[in-house]
Amino acid sequence: MIPAPFDYVRADSYDAAAAALGEHGDEAKLLAGGQSLLPLMKLRLATPAIVVDVSRASDLSYVRDDGGVLAIGALTRHCDLARSADVTAHAPLLAHAAGSVGDPQVRHRGTIGGSVAHADPSADIPTALLALGASYVVRGPGGSREVAAADFSTGFLETVLAPDEMLVEIRLPSARGETWGYEKFTRRAIDWATVAVAVQNRGAETSVALANMGSTVLRATATEAALASGAGAADAAAHADEGAEPAGDVTASADFRRHLARVLTKRALAAAGR
Amino acid sequence: MNLTVTVNGTAHTVDVEDRTLLVHLLRDQLDLTATNIGCDTTSCGACTVLLDGESVKSCTVLAASVDGRSVTTLEGLAEGERWHRVQEGFRSMHGLQCGFCTPGMVMAAVSLLDENPSPTADEVRQGLEGNLCRCTGYHNIVAAILEAAK
Amino acid sequence: MAQRAVHATCSRTVSILGTRVMRVEDPKFLTTGGVYVDDLRDPRLAGAAHVTYVRSVMAHARVTVDVSAAAAADGVVAVVTGADLADLAPPPVPLGFIPPALGRPWLANGVVRYVGEPIAAIVTESRYAGEDIAELVSVDYEPLPAVVDPRASATDETLLFPDHGTNTALAFEAGSLDGLFDGCEVVVTQQITNQRVAPVPLEVRGTACVWEGDGDDARLTLWASTQSPHGARDQIATALSLPPERVHFIAPDVGGGFGAKFGVSIEDLLLAVLSQRLNRPMRWTETRTENMLGMGHGRAQLQTITIGGSRDGRITAYSLDVLQDSGAYPHFGAVLPFMTQMMATGTYDIEKIAVRTKSVVTNTAPVVAYRGAGRPEATAAIERAVDLFAAEIGLDPVEVRRRNLFAKDAFPLTTQVGAAYDSGDYVGALDAVLAAAGYDELRAEQRRRREAGDNRLLGIGLSSYVEITAGPEAGTEFARINVKPDGSVVVYTGTSPHGQGHATSFAMLAADELGVPIERITVVHGDTDLVARGGGTGGSRSLQLGGAAVHQGALETVDRARELAGDLFEAAAGDIVLDKARGGFHVAGSPDDVRGWAEVAASADAEHGLIVDTDFTAEGATFPFGAHVAAVEVDAETGKVTLVSMTTVDDAGPVINPVVVEGQRHGGIAQGVAQALFEEVRYDEDGNPQSTNLADYAFPSAAELPDFTLVDMATPSPLNPLGVKGIGEAGTIGATPAVQNAVVDAVAHLGVRHIEMPTTAERVWRAIQDAGKGTK
Repeated sequence: MIPAPFDYVRADSYDAAAAALGEHGDEAKLLAGGQSLLPLMKLRLATPAIVVDVSRASDLSYVRDDGGVLAIGALTRHCDLARSADVTAHAPLLAHAAGSVGDPQVRHRGTIGGSVAHADPSADIPTALLALGASYVVRGPGGSREVAAADFSTGFLETVLAPDEMLVEIRLPSARGETWGYEKFTRRAIDWATVAVAVQNRGAETSVALANMGSTVLRATATEAALASGAGAADAAAHADEGAEPAGDVTASADFRRHLARVLTKRALAAAGR
Repeated sequence: MNLTVTVNGTAHTVDVEDRTLLVHLLRDQLDLTATNIGCDTTSCGACTVLLDGESVKSCTVLAASVDGRSVTTLEGLAEGERWHRVQEGFRSMHGLQCGFCTPGMVMAAVSLLDENPSPTADEVRQGLEGNLCRCTGYHNIVAAILEAAK
Repeated sequence: MAQRAVHATCSRTVSILGTRVMRVEDPKFLTTGGVYVDDLRDPRLAGAAHVTYVRSVMAHARVTVDVSAAAAADGVVAVVTGADLADLAPPPVPLGFIPPALGRPWLANGVVRYVGEPIAAIVTESRYAGEDIAELVSVDYEPLPAVVDPRASATDETLLFPDHGTNTALAFEAGSLDGLFDGCEVVVTQQITNQRVAPVPLEVRGTACVWEGDGDDARLTLWASTQSPHGARDQIATALSLPPERVHFIAPDVGGGFGAKFGVSIEDLLLAVLSQRLNRPMRWTETRTENMLGMGHGRAQLQTITIGGSRDGRITAYSLDVLQDSGAYPHFGAVLPFMTQMMATGTYDIEKIAVRTKSVVTNTAPVVAYRGAGRPEATAAIERAVDLFAAEIGLDPVEVRRRNLFAKDAFPLTTQVGAAYDSGDYVGALDAVLAAAGYDELRAEQRRRREAGDNRLLGIGLSSYVEITAGPEAGTEFARINVKPDGSVVVYTGTSPHGQGHATSFAMLAADELGVPIERITVVHGDTDLVARGGGTGGSRSLQLGGAAVHQGALETVDRARELAGDLFEAAAGDIVLDKARGGFHVAGSPDDVRGWAEVAASADAEHGLIVDTDFTAEGATFPFGAHVAAVEVDAETGKVTLVSMTTVDDAGPVINPVVVEGQRHGGIAQGVAQALFEEVRYDEDGNPQSTNLADYAFPSAAELPDFTLVDMATPSPLNPLGVKGIGEAGTIGATPAVQNAVVDAVAHLGVRHIEMPTTAERVWRAIQDAGKGTK
């Protein structure tokens, strides 16, 4: 219930955060909305010695239409994504996914960058961003690099971020006018997805991303390939779980997850007009 | 560490451990005990308060993160003798029994109506997904909030 | 039959009873909040030390504990293990029926028996330091075989308490199994799990205490989140070898109990001992994770039902076998099969019945009382059995019920198991709920969807139920009515409400008889120094015993007041009239000369006013009843179940305050639905709990539930002057089987005959798959 002791550092800008990370290295953990990190700390599953609070870094909270590319500051909150006119116009899948994270209180604190950097394979935001073909701007002392969403998470709660790097921006090509679908299966409304499926059409191409079907969010590549080679949605959806190694736990067995992936993919494709 | 936070309109400067949760600042430092702790996994919402007018779970916010900001708890909701319409709704529709979830439930409802002034019953239920109650079965809580929205 | 005394000498106003009165408790809860144990700021608790527990992470092991690092840490006051308490007599067992050999120790004494069992108490100056220092305690575990499945336990292959010689704690039986099903055309049998659930009141357990005085004058004041202050006081006194007067027990506001906070916890007792030994006031508040294990669980029965009868729908024989999981140290849960046995046949007139129950220990958390406490298990079993029987003979489950319910004119009756049902109208309840639910339209909609191949499968389920409240034996409750010299009234009750609204309902009862407005009536409860005696709140006893005591006390107060008024008027008491509308007394025929309650009370005693103590004893337990109809939608592809409507009749006799009664019904229904659809406490085969917090445990929110449609029905009981029964648990008892039956009904046409609770999507999906393959 009580986090282990730590030293608190407030960093209201990227520069302040970079300085703190530079000073403390892997002893430090960035705190954005805290809705993923603080629960872990309260159960003492995470015990950083230094917590760098960037939740008020206003230079990192924005939504910008960069002419065909939507640029979103990492500290943009889920509630703001859900009601943003730009996000609703250019990436309605993301607006919808942001509106389904946790509960209203969580959405008032949690951020897009925090969710992506936390890298929980059950999370709505990374799943939607994977289907949207997003890339993540990572900044460190050596400069900035852009990492494709598909390459960002390397395992359960693991990413390519170095201890002195920070995710600062999420970029995705506009999907204005494109159809999409999002099917999330939970026991209760507040629960993490047992399985979720995000579908984003871009012209003739369809991307399908899966939540909680492995140690990272992943693409249903067999389904995508089937669609690309002309298969109907129902047939393509039957391949949704191919290549995935879903876990079995108290919520669902691996077999049931596979079944859900297939059913939800079919439904998400239908919602997206396929 | 030192921090200054405005709670229910009054500024407080306190010295707390860095790891102090906002809910413990409110309850243990400021003796504002209406806000309750019902779980340890950010599930139950009994600790819900308003942070600059928006509902948050105060057990999952560091006190340090609200330095310079404004918090409203149940104790600060009424204006003197004048109750907020949500408080009135809970009273007239019997939206509470043991009262433990009530402060958090009321503050969550205030924020819900602030963002959606005329919700449907379904929107109220979805909006309360982060607030658990064992006593009421939620039926009268939903009625209370719809009453307040009138 | 108890007759309500007729008072020709009172002029009546319109009664407040039965009217919708907003709760007097609510202004506080809605503005400054309730004051629960952790909120207490009593000056005597200033400087209190905090207690945090180190708890076992293994289900069954020998343990050695090294506290040296913890004891040397900054901010520690003391670290205490079982060895430090070896001089104490063992703590009292929770109930008289429990064999002392199966009692729990103060703290684990070299052996731990369930994950969560307390091993060491860390006493610290600050709350925050507790968890830090607890991490410094080193526990060495030498695993012992864990017995987790009650069936394995029942074989006695591994004895958990060798001195006791068996893993069986208690056993009950009724009826004979010999030839029970002879002559039955149809016999159906089924294994049913009434799964282990967690009570989860929103307020976890917490305790605070302080000792004052020295030596033989030392007195303990202890506050705890409890449902039974006087019982808890007595248990603490026994545990500490003190006369009860030396313990002052106070229940502050309590954030829900649901049966699990009846009695004392070992942590309550430990706090008193630690506080005494360390000569400090002390506080303890558990975390939710500790609560999910340490407070205890509910239900946890493995059942086998066998039901037999004829093809025309008559049920003639029923047997119920119950294997009760008691957990590591038997508690209420071990005894509850007695209640299950008593209510086994429910609302049905079944000729032959046999019940066998056995309660066994396992390496899991103790099983305690939880809303319904033994009766939901009985109802869930018989209602599943009736539906299975109906399916077997191809008759509508409504029709089968009609052919077997006790008739309205059968009461009072004694069932084949020996339960004395006071009053009931089971057919009336069934008719009313079917009409209100639109049963025929629901069946028509179900047919339409099946014919159309709609993937949203509609299922309709029923329950007909009866349960026992304020039992098994006739109960007693205390009340004191004190009319003060200023004419206000204080009512003292031995019940201990924690959300049930007694302050309002009991004020209404007193107001109704005294003619004092409820704004001038205060109800006091929960403090053993203020209230002389009491049975607490549980088992739905409070209105029929506590309310009846208040009512009785008010009548006696009026009688005494008429004597006092007689003295004032120099008239005979028999000539004195109480004018309730004006709240005063006058001589019959002279209504203008009125003397109010204040003057009459002051004439009894100028300082304290008029005090009347009374104890009410009921003639017996009462039997509320009802019928529920649940409609669910099952997603044919995913198996996900959504409750779309819930319509209920819950008849507990005349309603004193409809607002409060509706709230109790709603809350009870929600918990019943939650057991059918969502909640389950599971242990793996090594005894590790799989759901230890509210993120893992599927406690439903408002988003998971619909509105409930309540139908009113009030069949009085002859067993108390108010005619009331207990409403608190009825909703839970009726709801669970109605929902479970609805889920099975949704997929029955696919060949499914039974689905275990909770009917999760995966369970439903697998049931459909298995039925399709011919494996059921």
